[in-house]
Amino acid sequence: MIAIVDYGVGNLFSLKSSLAMIGAEAIVTGDAARLRAAEKIILPGVGAFEDAANKLRDSGLDQVVTGQAQAGKPLLGICLGMQLLFERSFEYGEHAGLGLLKGDVVEMRLHIPAELKVPQIGWNALIFKQPEHPLFRYIHEGDCVYFVHSYYATHCEDSTLATTEYGAELTAAVGRGNIFGCQFHPEKSGKVGLSILKAFCEI
Amino acid sequence: MITKRIIPCLDVKDGRVVKGVNFLGLNDVSDPVKLAQYYSENGADELVFYDITASAEERALFTDILTRVAETIFIPLTVGGGINTLADFDRVLKCGADKVSVNSGAIRNPELIGGAAKRYGDQCVVLSVDVKRVNGEFHVFAKGGREDTGLDALDWIRRGVDAGAGEIVLNSIDTDGVKRGFDLEMLRAVCEIVGVPVIASGGAGGIPDFITLFRELPKVDAGLAASIFHFGEVGISDLKQALFEAGITVRR
Repeated sequence: MIAIVDYGVGNLFSLKSSLAMIGAEAIVTGDAARLRAAEKIILPGVGAFEDAANKLRDSGLDQVVTGQAQAGKPLLGICLGMQLLFERSFEYGEHAGLGLLKGDVVEMRLHIPAELKVPQIGWNALIFKQPEHPLFRYIHEGDCVYFVHSYYATHCEDSTLATTEYGAELTAAVGRGNIFGCQFHPEKSGKVGLSILKAFCEI
Repeated sequence: MITKRIIPCLDVKDGRVVKGVNFLGLNDVSDPVKLAQYYSENGADELVFYDITASAEERALFTDILTRVAETIFIPLTVGGGINTLADFDRVLKCGADKVSVNSGAIRNPELIGGAAKRYGDQCVVLSVDVKRVNGEFHVFAKGGREDTGLDALDWIRRGVDAGAGEIVLNSIDTDGVKRGFDLEMLRAVCEIVGVPVIASGGAGGIPDFITLFRELPKVDAGLAASIFHFGEVGISDLKQALFEAGITVRR
Protein backbone atom coordinates (compact mmCIF):
# COMPACT_ATOMS: atom_id res chain seq x y z
CA MET A 1 0.00 0.00 0.00
CA ILE A 2 1.27 3.45 -1.00
CA ALA A 3 0.08 6.45 0.98
CA ILE A 4 -0.22 9.82 -0.76
CA VAL A 5 0.07 12.50 1.90
CA ASP A 6 -3.01 14.70 1.99
CA TYR A 7 -2.16 17.93 3.78
CA GLY A 8 -4.52 20.23 1.93
CA VAL A 9 -2.20 21.11 -0.94
CA GLY A 10 -2.95 20.46 -4.56
CA ASN A 11 -4.96 18.12 -6.62
CA LEU A 12 -4.24 14.47 -5.90
CA PHE A 13 -6.67 13.06 -8.45
CA SER A 14 -4.14 12.44 -11.25
CA LEU A 15 -1.57 10.97 -8.94
CA LYS A 16 -4.06 8.51 -7.55
CA SER A 17 -5.30 7.62 -11.06
CA SER A 18 -1.77 7.08 -12.34
CA LEU A 19 -0.96 4.70 -9.48
CA ALA A 20 -4.18 2.83 -10.20
CA MET A 21 -3.13 2.62 -13.87
CA ILE A 22 0.12 0.82 -12.99
CA GLY A 23 -1.73 -1.49 -10.63
CA ALA A 24 -0.43 -0.03 -7.37
CA GLU A 25 -2.73 0.09 -4.40
CA ALA A 26 -2.81 3.64 -3.10
CA ILE A 27 -4.69 5.75 -0.60
CA VAL A 28 -4.86 9.50 -0.17
CA THR A 29 -4.64 10.20 3.54
CA GLY A 30 -3.80 12.75 6.18
CA ASP A 31 -3.97 10.16 8.92
CA ALA A 32 -0.69 9.53 10.78
CA ALA A 33 -1.47 5.90 11.59
CA ARG A 34 -2.19 5.08 7.95
CA LEU A 35 1.00 6.80 6.83
CA ARG A 36 2.93 4.72 9.36
CA ALA A 37 1.23 1.55 8.15
CA ALA A 38 1.95 2.22 4.45
CA GLU A 39 4.84 0.53 2.66
CA LYS A 40 5.76 3.69 0.80
CA ILE A 41 4.90 7.37 1.02
CA ILE A 42 4.44 9.96 -1.73
CA LEU A 43 4.62 13.62 -0.76
CA PRO A 44 2.89 15.73 -3.44
CA GLY A 45 2.59 19.50 -3.59
CA VAL A 46 1.81 22.51 -5.73
CA GLY A 47 1.71 26.19 -4.93
CA ALA A 48 3.99 28.23 -2.70
CA PHE A 49 6.69 26.69 -0.51
CA GLU A 50 5.91 28.63 2.68
CA ASP A 51 2.21 27.87 2.56
CA ALA A 52 2.81 24.16 1.93
CA ALA A 53 5.50 23.89 4.62
CA ASN A 54 3.17 25.55 7.11
CA LYS A 55 0.28 23.27 6.24
CA LEU A 56 2.50 20.22 6.61
CA ARG A 57 3.72 21.42 10.02
CA ASP A 58 0.30 22.52 11.25
CA SER A 59 -1.09 19.08 10.46
CA GLY A 60 1.80 17.48 12.37
CA LEU A 61 2.45 15.31 9.31
CA ASP A 62 5.94 16.75 8.86
CA GLN A 63 7.06 14.72 11.89
CA VAL A 64 5.38 11.58 10.60
CA VAL A 65 6.89 11.89 7.10
CA THR A 66 10.35 12.73 8.45
CA GLY A 67 10.22 9.95 11.04
CA GLN A 68 9.10 7.34 8.53
CA ALA A 69 11.74 8.42 6.00
CA GLN A 70 14.48 8.31 8.62
CA ALA A 71 13.32 4.84 9.63
CA GLY A 72 14.00 3.72 6.06
CA LYS A 73 10.56 3.81 4.42
CA PRO A 74 10.73 4.77 0.70
CA LEU A 75 9.55 8.37 0.25
CA LEU A 76 8.96 10.15 -3.07
CA GLY A 77 8.46 13.91 -3.19
CA ILE A 78 6.85 15.32 -6.33
CA CYS A 79 7.28 18.92 -7.56
CA LEU A 80 6.86 21.14 -4.50
CA GLY A 81 6.82 17.90 -2.49
CA MET A 82 10.37 17.31 -3.71
CA GLN A 83 11.42 20.86 -2.81
CA LEU A 84 10.09 20.32 0.72
CA LEU A 85 12.62 17.49 1.22
CA PHE A 86 15.49 20.00 1.24
CA GLU A 87 16.91 22.10 4.04
CA ARG A 88 15.54 25.43 2.93
CA SER A 89 13.88 27.42 0.20
CA PHE A 90 14.36 31.02 -0.84
CA GLU A 91 10.87 31.43 -2.30
CA TYR A 92 9.65 34.82 -1.00
CA GLY A 93 12.06 34.93 1.95
CA GLU A 94 13.85 32.03 3.58
CA HIS A 95 11.89 29.03 4.82
CA ALA A 96 12.92 25.74 6.39
CA GLY A 97 12.08 22.49 4.64
CA LEU A 98 12.11 18.99 6.09
CA GLY A 99 15.89 18.76 5.81
CA LEU A 100 15.90 15.15 4.63
CA LEU A 101 18.23 16.04 1.76
CA LYS A 102 21.08 18.52 1.61
CA GLY A 103 20.44 21.49 -0.63
CA ASP A 104 18.57 24.72 -1.22
CA VAL A 105 15.61 25.67 -3.37
CA VAL A 106 16.29 28.82 -5.38
CA GLU A 107 14.59 31.02 -7.93
CA MET A 108 15.10 29.94 -11.52
CA ARG A 109 14.88 33.51 -12.82
CA LEU A 110 18.23 34.43 -11.23
CA HIS A 111 20.10 31.63 -12.96
CA ILE A 112 18.75 31.45 -16.51
CA PRO A 113 18.88 33.88 -19.46
CA ALA A 114 16.27 36.64 -19.39
CA GLU A 115 14.63 35.54 -22.65
CA LEU A 116 13.55 32.22 -21.17
CA LYS A 117 10.10 32.13 -19.65
CA VAL A 118 9.40 31.44 -16.00
CA PRO A 119 7.74 29.20 -14.93
CA GLN A 120 9.23 26.50 -17.08
CA ILE A 121 6.06 24.89 -18.41
CA GLY A 122 6.30 21.90 -20.69
CA TRP A 123 8.12 18.76 -21.68
CA ASN A 124 11.88 18.65 -21.28
CA ALA A 125 14.47 15.90 -21.61
CA LEU A 126 16.15 14.12 -18.70
CA ILE A 127 19.94 14.10 -18.45
CA PHE A 128 21.00 11.19 -16.25
CA LYS A 129 23.60 11.76 -13.57
CA GLN A 130 23.20 8.28 -12.11
CA PRO A 131 22.06 6.19 -15.10
CA GLU A 132 21.99 2.96 -13.14
CA HIS A 133 19.60 4.28 -10.53
CA PRO A 134 16.62 1.94 -9.97
CA LEU A 135 14.17 4.83 -10.48
CA PHE A 136 15.30 4.91 -14.14
CA ARG A 137 14.99 1.16 -14.67
CA TYR A 138 12.28 1.49 -17.32
CA ILE A 139 13.25 4.77 -19.01
CA HIS A 140 16.09 6.18 -21.09
CA GLU A 141 18.23 9.26 -21.03
CA GLY A 142 16.65 11.91 -23.26
CA ASP A 143 13.11 10.85 -22.41
CA CYS A 144 10.88 13.87 -21.84
CA VAL A 145 8.90 14.61 -18.70
CA TYR A 146 6.46 17.41 -17.87
CA PHE A 147 7.64 20.34 -15.76
CA VAL A 148 5.77 23.25 -14.20
CA HIS A 149 8.03 25.20 -11.83
CA SER A 150 9.67 28.53 -11.07
CA TYR A 151 12.12 27.32 -8.41
CA TYR A 152 14.62 24.48 -8.42
CA ALA A 153 16.91 22.62 -6.04
CA THR A 154 20.61 23.37 -6.02
CA HIS A 155 23.71 22.26 -4.07
CA CYS A 156 22.16 18.82 -3.79
CA GLU A 157 25.63 17.22 -3.53
CA ASP A 158 25.59 13.58 -4.54
CA SER A 159 21.82 13.19 -4.43
CA THR A 160 21.29 14.54 -7.98
CA LEU A 161 19.95 11.71 -10.15
CA ALA A 162 18.98 13.67 -13.25
CA THR A 163 18.92 17.22 -14.54
CA THR A 164 17.26 19.06 -17.38
CA GLU A 165 18.56 21.83 -19.62
CA TYR A 166 16.68 25.13 -19.47
CA GLY A 167 19.23 27.88 -19.93
CA ALA A 168 21.04 26.23 -17.03
CA GLU A 169 21.24 22.67 -15.81
CA LEU A 170 18.31 22.35 -13.41
CA THR A 171 17.84 19.53 -10.92
CA ALA A 172 15.12 17.21 -12.21
CA ALA A 173 15.34 14.16 -9.94
CA VAL A 174 17.09 13.44 -6.67
CA GLY A 175 17.63 10.39 -4.53
CA ARG A 176 19.61 9.36 -1.51
CA GLY A 177 19.03 6.00 0.16
CA ASN A 178 15.29 5.55 0.53
CA ILE A 179 14.45 9.21 -0.19
CA PHE A 180 13.58 10.30 -3.74
CA GLY A 181 12.22 13.37 -5.47
CA CYS A 182 11.04 14.50 -8.92
CA GLN A 183 10.79 18.16 -9.83
CA PHE A 184 8.62 17.19 -12.79
CA HIS A 185 5.17 15.58 -12.61
CA PRO A 186 5.46 11.83 -13.30
CA GLU A 187 1.65 11.57 -13.16
CA LYS A 188 1.49 14.00 -16.13
CA SER A 189 4.46 12.63 -18.08
CA GLY A 190 2.76 9.93 -20.11
CA LYS A 191 4.35 6.49 -20.35
CA VAL A 192 7.72 7.76 -19.12
CA GLY A 193 6.16 9.15 -15.96
CA LEU A 194 4.16 6.01 -15.29
CA SER A 195 7.38 4.01 -15.71
CA ILE A 196 9.10 6.11 -13.06
CA LEU A 197 6.20 5.60 -10.65
CA LYS A 198 6.28 1.87 -11.39
CA ALA A 199 10.01 1.78 -10.63
CA PHE A 200 9.41 3.61 -7.34
CA CYS A 201 6.66 1.13 -6.42
CA GLU A 202 9.11 -1.71 -6.97
CA ILE A 203 11.89 -0.25 -4.84
CA MET B 1 15.74 22.44 -24.05
CA ILE B 2 12.03 22.61 -23.55
CA THR B 3 10.06 21.10 -26.41
CA LYS B 4 7.40 22.72 -28.59
CA ARG B 5 3.98 21.38 -27.67
CA ILE B 6 1.32 20.03 -30.01
CA ILE B 7 -2.17 20.32 -28.55
CA PRO B 8 -5.37 18.84 -29.98
CA CYS B 9 -8.52 20.63 -28.90
CA LEU B 10 -11.80 18.78 -28.35
CA ASP B 11 -15.12 20.63 -28.41
CA VAL B 12 -17.62 18.66 -26.36
CA LYS B 13 -21.39 19.07 -26.58
CA ASP B 14 -24.07 16.74 -25.23
CA GLY B 15 -21.33 14.37 -24.16
CA ARG B 16 -19.90 14.00 -27.66
CA VAL B 17 -16.98 15.53 -29.52
CA VAL B 18 -18.43 17.95 -32.03
CA LYS B 19 -17.19 17.36 -35.58
CA GLY B 20 -15.49 14.25 -34.33
CA VAL B 21 -16.07 12.17 -37.41
CA ASN B 22 -13.89 10.32 -39.89
CA PHE B 23 -11.16 9.88 -37.40
CA LEU B 24 -8.47 7.42 -38.39
CA GLY B 25 -8.43 4.13 -36.60
CA LEU B 26 -11.36 4.71 -34.28
CA ASN B 27 -14.83 3.34 -34.62
CA ASP B 28 -16.77 5.60 -32.32
CA VAL B 29 -15.03 8.81 -33.10
CA SER B 30 -17.29 11.06 -31.11
CA ASP B 31 -16.56 9.52 -27.74
CA PRO B 32 -14.43 12.10 -25.92
CA VAL B 33 -12.88 9.52 -23.63
CA LYS B 34 -11.72 7.31 -26.50
CA LEU B 35 -10.46 10.25 -28.51
CA ALA B 36 -8.54 11.66 -25.52
CA GLN B 37 -6.96 8.30 -24.87
CA TYR B 38 -6.00 7.96 -28.51
CA TYR B 39 -4.26 11.34 -28.49
CA SER B 40 -2.59 10.70 -25.17
CA GLU B 41 -1.11 7.45 -26.44
CA ASN B 42 -0.12 8.87 -29.82
CA GLY B 43 2.10 11.77 -28.97
CA ALA B 44 -0.14 14.71 -28.07
CA ASP B 45 1.68 16.83 -25.48
CA GLU B 46 -1.45 18.17 -23.88
CA LEU B 47 -5.19 18.18 -24.45
CA VAL B 48 -7.73 20.97 -24.33
CA PHE B 49 -11.38 20.22 -23.62
CA TYR B 50 -13.95 22.87 -24.38
CA ASP B 51 -17.39 22.56 -22.89
CA ILE B 52 -19.77 24.12 -25.41
CA THR B 53 -22.95 22.95 -23.72
CA ALA B 54 -25.66 25.23 -22.47
CA SER B 55 -27.87 23.59 -19.88
CA ALA B 56 -27.02 22.57 -16.35
CA GLU B 57 -27.79 18.95 -17.18
CA GLU B 58 -25.34 18.96 -20.04
CA ARG B 59 -22.79 20.60 -17.77
CA ALA B 60 -23.13 17.78 -15.27
CA LEU B 61 -22.62 15.32 -18.12
CA PHE B 62 -19.49 17.19 -19.17
CA THR B 63 -18.13 17.05 -15.62
CA ASP B 64 -18.70 13.33 -15.60
CA ILE B 65 -16.87 12.87 -18.91
CA LEU B 66 -14.03 15.05 -17.71
CA THR B 67 -13.51 12.80 -14.70
CA ARG B 68 -13.39 9.74 -16.94
CA VAL B 69 -10.93 11.44 -19.30
CA ALA B 70 -8.68 12.53 -16.43
CA GLU B 71 -8.63 8.99 -15.08
CA THR B 72 -7.37 7.57 -18.35
CA ILE B 73 -4.88 10.12 -19.70
CA PHE B 74 -1.57 11.05 -18.11
CA ILE B 75 -0.69 14.21 -19.92
CA PRO B 76 -1.73 17.75 -18.95
CA LEU B 77 -5.38 18.58 -19.43
CA THR B 78 -6.78 22.07 -19.89
CA VAL B 79 -10.49 22.70 -19.61
CA GLY B 80 -12.40 25.70 -20.88
CA GLY B 81 -15.90 26.80 -21.78
CA GLY B 82 -18.40 28.34 -19.39
CA ILE B 83 -15.79 29.29 -16.79
CA ASN B 84 -17.24 32.37 -15.07
CA THR B 85 -16.47 32.00 -11.38
CA LEU B 86 -13.98 30.51 -8.95
CA ALA B 87 -16.58 27.83 -8.28
CA ASP B 88 -16.29 26.84 -11.97
CA PHE B 89 -12.51 26.57 -11.53
CA ASP B 90 -13.06 24.41 -8.50
CA ARG B 91 -15.53 22.16 -10.29
CA VAL B 92 -13.25 21.29 -13.22
CA LEU B 93 -10.06 21.07 -11.16
CA LYS B 94 -11.72 18.55 -8.88
CA CYS B 95 -12.48 16.44 -11.95
CA GLY B 96 -8.77 16.25 -12.70
CA ALA B 97 -8.09 19.26 -14.95
CA ASP B 98 -4.61 20.73 -14.59
CA LYS B 99 -5.31 24.13 -16.09
CA VAL B 100 -8.43 26.14 -16.67
CA SER B 101 -8.98 28.34 -19.67
CA VAL B 102 -10.98 31.54 -19.32
CA ASN B 103 -12.33 33.70 -22.13
CA SER B 104 -15.71 35.51 -22.06
CA GLY B 105 -15.98 35.00 -18.29
CA ALA B 106 -12.79 37.01 -17.80
CA ILE B 107 -13.98 39.75 -20.13
CA ARG B 108 -17.17 40.15 -18.10
CA ASN B 109 -15.27 39.92 -14.83
CA PRO B 110 -11.52 40.62 -15.19
CA GLU B 111 -11.00 39.99 -11.46
CA LEU B 112 -11.58 36.31 -12.18
CA ILE B 113 -8.01 36.02 -13.54
CA GLY B 114 -6.32 37.44 -10.46
CA GLY B 115 -8.61 35.62 -8.05
CA ALA B 116 -7.97 32.28 -9.70
CA ALA B 117 -4.21 32.88 -10.01
CA LYS B 118 -4.03 33.68 -6.30
CA ARG B 119 -5.97 30.60 -5.30
CA TYR B 120 -4.63 28.01 -7.76
CA GLY B 121 -1.37 29.51 -9.01
CA ASP B 122 -0.51 31.35 -12.24
CA GLN B 123 0.33 28.09 -14.00
CA CYS B 124 -3.30 27.03 -13.65
CA VAL B 125 -4.85 30.05 -15.38
CA VAL B 126 -4.91 30.10 -19.17
CA LEU B 127 -6.25 33.20 -20.85
CA SER B 128 -7.85 32.31 -24.15
CA VAL B 129 -8.43 35.27 -26.45
CA ASP B 130 -10.40 35.39 -29.71
CA VAL B 131 -8.96 38.17 -31.83
CA LYS B 132 -9.99 39.72 -35.13
CA ARG B 133 -8.72 42.69 -37.09
CA VAL B 134 -11.09 45.66 -37.10
CA ASN B 135 -9.93 48.70 -39.07
CA GLY B 136 -6.34 47.54 -38.77
CA GLU B 137 -6.50 47.02 -35.01
CA PHE B 138 -6.63 43.78 -33.07
CA HIS B 139 -9.97 43.56 -31.28
CA VAL B 140 -11.03 41.05 -28.64
CA PHE B 141 -14.23 39.22 -29.51
CA ALA B 142 -16.52 37.56 -27.00
CA LYS B 143 -19.22 34.90 -27.13
CA GLY B 144 -17.37 32.50 -29.35
CA GLY B 145 -16.24 35.21 -31.73
CA ARG B 146 -19.68 36.76 -32.31
CA GLU B 147 -19.38 40.00 -30.39
CA ASP B 148 -16.79 42.76 -30.81
CA THR B 149 -15.93 43.95 -27.31
CA GLY B 150 -13.97 46.91 -28.65
CA LEU B 151 -11.12 45.92 -26.35
CA ASP B 152 -7.63 46.26 -27.82
CA ALA B 153 -6.25 42.71 -27.83
CA LEU B 154 -2.71 43.63 -26.85
CA ASP B 155 -3.93 45.76 -23.93
CA TRP B 156 -6.25 43.00 -22.78
CA ILE B 157 -3.56 40.33 -22.97
CA ARG B 158 -1.07 42.53 -21.11
CA ARG B 159 -3.65 43.15 -18.38
CA GLY B 160 -4.41 39.43 -18.16
CA VAL B 161 -0.76 38.49 -17.75
CA ASP B 162 -0.24 41.23 -15.16
CA ALA B 163 -3.22 39.85 -13.23
CA GLY B 164 -1.69 36.38 -13.20
CA ALA B 165 -2.60 34.50 -16.39
CA GLY B 166 0.14 31.89 -16.82
CA GLU B 167 -0.42 31.13 -20.50
CA ILE B 168 -2.09 32.76 -23.47
CA VAL B 169 -4.04 30.91 -26.14
CA LEU B 170 -4.33 33.24 -29.11
CA ASN B 171 -7.16 32.30 -31.46
CA SER B 172 -7.08 34.32 -34.64
CA ILE B 173 -10.61 34.61 -35.98
CA ASP B 174 -9.14 35.92 -39.24
CA THR B 175 -7.23 32.71 -39.98
CA ASP B 176 -9.50 30.23 -38.19
CA GLY B 177 -10.84 27.58 -40.54
CA VAL B 178 -9.00 29.06 -43.52
CA LYS B 179 -6.26 26.41 -43.29
CA ARG B 180 -3.59 28.62 -44.82
CA GLY B 181 -1.39 28.81 -41.76
CA PHE B 182 -1.30 30.45 -38.35
CA ASP B 183 -1.66 34.21 -37.96
CA LEU B 184 2.03 35.00 -37.69
CA GLU B 185 1.57 38.77 -37.63
CA MET B 186 -0.87 38.64 -34.73
CA LEU B 187 1.21 36.06 -32.86
CA ARG B 188 4.37 38.11 -33.30
CA ALA B 189 2.68 41.14 -31.79
CA VAL B 190 1.57 39.14 -28.75
CA CYS B 191 4.95 37.42 -28.28
CA GLU B 192 6.60 40.82 -28.11
CA ILE B 193 4.57 41.94 -25.12
CA VAL B 194 4.29 38.89 -22.87
CA GLY B 195 6.74 36.73 -20.95
CA VAL B 196 4.43 33.74 -20.48
CA PRO B 197 3.93 30.85 -22.90
CA VAL B 198 1.92 31.67 -26.03
CA ILE B 199 -0.13 28.98 -27.74
CA ALA B 200 -1.01 29.55 -31.38
CA SER B 201 -4.49 28.62 -32.51
CA GLY B 202 -6.43 29.05 -35.74
CA GLY B 203 -5.36 28.44 -39.30
CA ALA B 204 -3.30 25.26 -39.33
CA GLY B 205 -3.94 23.38 -42.56
CA GLY B 206 -1.05 20.96 -42.60
CA ILE B 207 2.38 20.03 -41.30
CA PRO B 208 4.24 22.88 -43.09
CA ASP B 209 2.15 25.42 -41.17
CA PHE B 210 3.54 24.15 -37.86
CA ILE B 211 7.10 24.17 -39.18
CA THR B 212 6.64 27.77 -40.37
CA LEU B 213 5.10 28.74 -37.02
CA PHE B 214 7.98 27.52 -34.89
CA ARG B 215 10.68 28.66 -37.33
CA GLU B 216 9.33 32.16 -37.78
CA LEU B 217 8.30 32.66 -34.18
CA PRO B 218 10.67 30.84 -31.81
CA LYS B 219 8.87 32.45 -28.89
CA VAL B 220 5.64 30.55 -29.58
CA ASP B 221 5.48 27.54 -27.26
CA ALA B 222 2.74 25.44 -28.72
CA GLY B 223 0.43 24.90 -31.67
CA LEU B 224 -3.21 24.05 -31.11
CA ALA B 225 -5.63 22.65 -33.66
CA ALA B 226 -8.83 20.64 -33.81
CA SER B 227 -10.30 19.35 -37.06
CA ILE B 228 -7.04 18.60 -38.89
CA PHE B 229 -6.17 16.21 -36.07
CA HIS B 230 -9.70 14.82 -35.61
CA PHE B 231 -10.11 14.17 -39.33
CA GLY B 232 -6.73 12.51 -39.52
CA GLU B 233 -5.44 15.05 -42.05
CA VAL B 234 -2.40 15.49 -39.82
CA GLY B 235 -1.16 12.61 -37.69
CA ILE B 236 0.56 13.78 -34.53
CA SER B 237 3.48 11.36 -34.85
CA ASP B 238 4.02 12.41 -38.49
CA LEU B 239 3.91 16.03 -37.43
CA LYS B 240 6.42 15.43 -34.63
CA GLN B 241 8.75 13.60 -37.01
CA ALA B 242 8.58 16.42 -39.56
CA LEU B 243 9.24 19.04 -36.88
CA PHE B 244 12.20 17.03 -35.60
CA GLU B 245 13.63 16.79 -39.12
CA ALA B 246 13.19 20.54 -39.48
CA GLY B 247 15.39 21.03 -36.41
CA ILE B 248 12.58 21.93 -34.02
CA THR B 249 12.77 20.38 -30.54
CA VAL B 250 9.80 18.13 -29.87
CA ARG B 251 8.95 15.22 -27.62
CA ARG B 252 8.80 12.01 -29.65
